[in-house]
Amino acid sequence: MAAFFVFGVFDMNMAVRLGTDGAGEALDAREHLVVIGNGMAGCRAVEELLARDPARYRVTIFGAEALVNYNRIMLSPVLAGEKTFDQIIINDHAWYEGNGIRLVTGDSVVAIDRDAKTVRSDSGVEMAYDKLLIATGSDPFIIPVPGKDLPGVISFRDMKDVEHMLAAAGAGGPDGEPGRAVVIGGGLLGLEAAHGLSLRGMKVTVLHIMPTLMERQLDEAAGWLLKSALEARGQTILTGADTAEIVGDGKVEGVRLKDGRLIPASLVVMAVGIRPSTALARGAGLDVGRGIKVDDHMVTSDPDVLAVGECVEHDGQVYGLVAPLWEMCRALADGLTEQHTGYRGSVTSTKLKVSGIDVFSAGDFSGGKGAEDIVLRDASRGVYKRVVIKEDRVVGAVLYGDTADGNWYFDLLKKGEDIAPIRDLLIFGQAYASGGGQADPKAAVAALSDDAEICGCNGVSKGKVVQSIVDGAASLDAVRSTCKASASCGSCTGLVEQLLSLTMGEDYGGERTTKTLCKCTSFGHDDVRREIVAQGMRAIPEVMHKLHWSTPDGCSACRPALNYYLLCALPGDYVDDQQSRFVNERMHANIQKDGTYSVVPRMWGGLTNPRELRAIADVVDKFNAPMVKVTGGQRLDIFGIRKEDLPAVWADLNAAGMVSGHAYGKSLRTVKTCVGSEWCRFGTQDSTGLGVKMEQMTWGSWMPHKFKIAVSGCPRNCAESTIKDFGVICVDSGYELHVGGNGGMKVRVTDLLCKVATEAEAMHYCAAFVQLYREEARYLERTAPWIERVGLDHIKSRILDDPEGRDALTERFRHSQLFSQDDPWAARAKGAEADHHTHMGEFRPLALEAAE
Amino acid sequence: MIGDWLDIGAFDEIPPRGGRTVPVIGGEEIAVFRTGDDQVFALVNRCPHKRGPLSQGIVHGHAVTCPLHNWNISLATGEALGADKGCTPTIPVRVDAGRVLLSRMAVLATAMAA
Ligand code: SRM
Ligand SMILES: Cc1cc2nc3c(=O)[nH]c(=O)nc-3n(C[C@H](O)[C@H](O)[C@H](O)COP(=O)(O)OP(=O)(O)OC[C@H]3O[C@@H](n4cnc5c(N)ncnc54)[C@H](O)[C@@H]3O)c2cc1C
Ligand code: SF4
Ligand code: FES
Repeated sequence: MAAFFVFGVFDMNMAVRLGTDGAGEALDAREHLVVIGNGMAGCRAVEELLARDPARYRVTIFGAEALVNYNRIMLSPVLAGEKTFDQIIINDHAWYEGNGIRLVTGDSVVAIDRDAKTVRSDSGVEMAYDKLLIATGSDPFIIPVPGKDLPGVISFRDMKDVEHMLAAAGAGGPDGEPGRAVVIGGGLLGLEAAHGLSLRGMKVTVLHIMPTLMERQLDEAAGWLLKSALEARGQTILTGADTAEIVGDGKVEGVRLKDGRLIPASLVVMAVGIRPSTALARGAGLDVGRGIKVDDHMVTSDPDVLAVGECVEHDGQVYGLVAPLWEMCRALADGLTEQHTGYRGSVTSTKLKVSGIDVFSAGDFSGGKGAEDIVLRDASRGVYKRVVIKEDRVVGAVLYGDTADGNWYFDLLKKGEDIAPIRDLLIFGQAYASGGGQADPKAAVAALSDDAEICGCNGVSKGKVVQSIVDGAASLDAVRSTCKASASCGSCTGLVEQLLSLTMGEDYGGERTTKTLCKCTSFGHDDVRREIVAQGMRAIPEVMHKLHWSTPDGCSACRPALNYYLLCALPGDYVDDQQSRFVNERMHANIQKDGTYSVVPRMWGGLTNPRELRAIADVVDKFNAPMVKVTGGQRLDIFGIRKEDLPAVWADLNAAGMVSGHAYGKSLRTVKTCVGSEWCRFGTQDSTGLGVKMEQMTWGSWMPHKFKIAVSGCPRNCAESTIKDFGVICVDSGYELHVGGNGGMKVRVTDLLCKVATEAEAMHYCAAFVQLYREEARYLERTAPWIERVGLDHIKSRILDDPEGRDALTERFRHSQLFSQDDPWAARAKGAEADHHTHMGEFRPLALEAAE
Repeated sequence: MIGDWLDIGAFDEIPPRGGRTVPVIGGEEIAVFRTGDDQVFALVNRCPHKRGPLSQGIVHGHAVTCPLHNWNISLATGEALGADKGCTPTIPVRVDAGRVLLSRMAVLATAMAA
C-alpha cells in the first residue's frame, strides 16, 4: 500500500514537472539532479557524489560540447601531438551508462525556471529538477578590437578550438611555406597554444602586452628565462606588444600592433583571459558577482541550485585552475549527502605544460612589505629558484629549470609551517633541508603530509594514493585505474612509484622503479618493449604516439633503442630507420676523432689467408690508410678512411671474399679462438673450427649491446672465454658453456651455465642464449649487467629447465638471422644509401670570387 | 651573375632527421640538416667540443647529438644545449621551390675565417 502511494504521487509529479520520455525514470523515485556543464567540475562533482552514495540521485547531465567528459587541461598535449583525444577522456560512454546517468550532449541549457524547477535546452528539451548544479566553466575573453570576428580568429578552450588549430597548421602557408600563427597572450594558455602550434610546424609569434611572460605566475627573472627558452625553440616573442586590430579580407591575414607593426598570420589565437560563464545564472535571477555566488557548500542564493568550478565566486574569489575545483566538488558532494565539511577557498600552484621546460609557481611572489627572498641561480644548469618568506612562513615560490621541490614548497606554504629551523637550507630543496645531505628521495616523499597533492591533473592527494595502495592497488597501473594519480600527464609517476614502495615495502617489486628509458617518456625499457609486442606496434612514430612521448621525435637515447626493439620484435618485417642509428651503425664503420673511419673486415674465428691479407694490404696502399693494426679481438683494423671512400674500400674487400666485421655494431663482434686440438699439444676439441661455426651462425645479428664469443681448446683458456658474453671451454668430455663475462670497464668473470657433450648442443645453447639476451635485455645493457639484474637462475630456467622454450628461442634466432646475414658493405659498395657517403654539393667560393 | 643565395641541391636530397655535407674549398665544411618537421638548418660541420662532424649525428627535434661525445647542439642557434657550453656558427639557409639555398655571405665568411 505504501509503495503504491509513493509511486502514485511520483507519477503525478512526473506528469506535471518532467515532460520527458523515459518510462523507466517514471518508476525511479529518487531525487533528480540535473547538471549543466559536462566539463571537469560538473562530472567530478557527480563522481564524488557517486563515491559517497551511488543510489541517492538520478542524474542527468547537459553538455554544450558534443563530447564525453574529457580532461580539458590535456588539450595542450593533444595540440602538441603528445596525446590523442581518446587518451584524455576522463569518463567514456560506459561510465555514464554504468552509473545510470543520462547524458545530453551538443545541447546547451538556455534557461532556468526556478519557480517551476525546470531547465530548457537549446533544442527545446524541458526537464524538471529537484537539485540543479551549474558547472558552466568560463568563457574566453575576446579583446574588443576591429577584426575580432574574422574567420581564423579563435580562442583556446575546447576540442573544437584544437581541431581548428590543427587544420590551420595542416593547411600551411602560401608557396608550401609553413603557416603563420599569432597567439595573443603570453600567459599559461597562450604559451601552451604557441608551443603546440610550433610543434605542428607553424611559425608562431606570441604577442604579450606585459613586459615579461606569465607575469601573474612568474617573476621577471623566470619570465625572462622562459622567453629565451621559447625563442631558442623558434618562436618569436614580442613583449609590450599591444594589439590595435586584426586585419584581413574575409579571413584573417595578420595582426597590427599599436606601434604600426604588421604581423602576417592565417590563424590568430586569443588567449588573454577567461571570464566565469554566468549568463545563464544571471538570467535566472541568482546572485552573481564576478562569478555565481556560492557558500561553503557550493549552494547559490537558491537552496536547490548549486554551482561549482570556474563559474563560481566563493568568498570573493574566482579560480581558473583545476585544483580548487577538486576541493569544491568534495565539499559539494559532502553537502549533498549531509556530511557538511565545507569549502574554505584554495591556494593555487601552476605548472606550464611545455615539454622540456619546467616552470612552477605558487602563492604570492610579489614581495611587498616584510617579505624576504631567498634566490638560487645556477646558470650552467639553467636553474632559477626563488622562495618568498614572510614572518618565517613560505608565502610564494617560483621555480624554473628544476621543479622537483615544487610540491614540497607548496605544502609548506599551504600548511603555513615555521621554516626558521631549516631556513639556511630551504632553497636547496627538501633533501637537503630535511637533513642528511642528498637524502633518499623516498624520505622526501615520506615527509609529505597526507593532503599534499601528488597528481595535479586529477587532484589526487598523497593520502588518497596511499589509501588505494593499502586497498590493494599494487602496481602503477592499478593505482592509475583506481585513483587516477599519474593517469594523465605522467609527471608525478616517480612520486607514485615512491609511494608504492614506501607503502608496500619489500612487497613492491618495483616494476618501474627503474629509470625511464629517457627524458622523452615516463615509461621504462621493459614497459616499452612489452607494449610494442602487446599492441603490435610497427614503427617508431607509432610507439612515440601511443606511449605519449613528450618530444616530437625523441632523442639520441630513445630512437636507437626503439629501432632495436622493433627490429627484434619484427624480424624481416621492420624497415630499419637509418636516422635512428648511431653514426657507426649508419656508416658501417667506426668513426674516429678526426671524422674519418676505421674498417675491420670479418675474419672468421680469427683465421685468415694470403688472399685476404693481400686485399687488405692493397686497400691500405690504394687509399693511403695511415695505419693498420691487429686488434684485441684478433682482427685487422684499417684506419683513416674517408666516408666518401668507404664504398670503394668495401668493394675491394668484398672482391677478396671478406664481409663486414661489425666492429662498429651493437651486434655480434668477434669470436675469438685458440688453435685447439688441430695443432696445440693440450687441445681437447677443435676450438678453432667451433669458433668459426659459431661466428657463421651469429654474425650480422643486431643485439642490445655488443656481444663477444670465444672458444678455448682447454682450461688454459687462451682465448679468454671466461670474460666473454658467451664463452666455451673445451674439455675431454665435451664443452663447458660460460655466460655473462666482460673484460671491459668492469671486469666480470662468466658464470658456468652448463656442460654439454656435443658441438651441436654447444651451438644450439649458444643460439638460445643469444636470442634470450636479444629479447629480454634492455638496450645498451651487456650480458654481464643483464645477468646480474635478472639472476643466473632465470637464465637457467629458460635454457636448461625448459627444453621446449630453448628450442623455440633457437628457432626464433635462426628465423631472424635469415634477414640479417646480408653483408651491409656489399649493398653500399653497389650504391645503396649513397647519400651517406657523398656530399650534397661543393664550393670553391674564393675561386668563384676571383673569377667574378 | 651570382645571387645572394647559393643553390646547393634539392631539399629531397636530405633525409628527414638527417644531415648532408657541403665542403667549402678553402673554408670549413658545412652541415645541412633537415628536421622531422621538414625544416632546414645549416651549421659549420664542427662540434664546439672537439670538432666532431655534426652532420653524422642523430637529429631530434631541432637539435643534433654529436657523434663523438654526445653533446647536443641547437640547430637554430648552434649553441650547445644543457650543461655544455660552446657554439658553432650557423649559416642562414632557406628552401625555395624545393631547392636548398645557403647564404652566400655566410659561406664566404667561413672561408675567410679559415
Ligand atoms: C679496435 C679495438 C682495439 C684494438 O685495436 O685492439 C677496440 C677499439 C674500440 N673499442 Fe674495444 N676494442 C677492441 C677490443 C676490445 C676488447 C678485447 C676483446 O674484444 O677481446 C675489450 C674487452 C672485452 C669486452 O668487451 O668485454 C674491449 C672493450 C671495450 C669497451 C668496454 C665494454 C664494456 O662492456 O665494458 C668499450 C666501450 C663500449 O663498448 O661502450 C669499447 C669500445 C671500443 C671503441 C668502439 C670505442 C669507440 O666507440 O670508438 C673502439 C673502436 C675503435 C675503432 O674505431 O676501431 N671497447 N674492446 C679492439 C677491436 C676488437 C675487434 O677486433 O673487434
Ligand atoms: C588548454 C587549457 C589548458 C589548461 N591547463 C591547465 C593546467 O595545466 N592546470 C590547471 O589547473 N588548469 C588548466 N586549465 C584550466 C582548467 O581546464 C579549468 O580550470 C577547468 O576545466 C574548469 O572546469 P569547469 O568544469 O569549471 O569548466 P569546463 O571544464 O570548461 O566545463 C564547463 C563545461 O560546461 C559546458 N557548458 C557551458 N555552458 C553550458 C550550457 N549553458 N549548457 C550546457 N553546457 C554548458 C561547456 O561547454 C564545458 O564543456 C586549462 C584550460 C585550458 C583550456
Ligand atoms: S687453449 Fe689450450 S690448447 Fe688451446 S692454445 Fe691455449 S693452451 Fe693450447
Ligand atoms: S666533439 Fe662533439 S661532443 Fe665531443
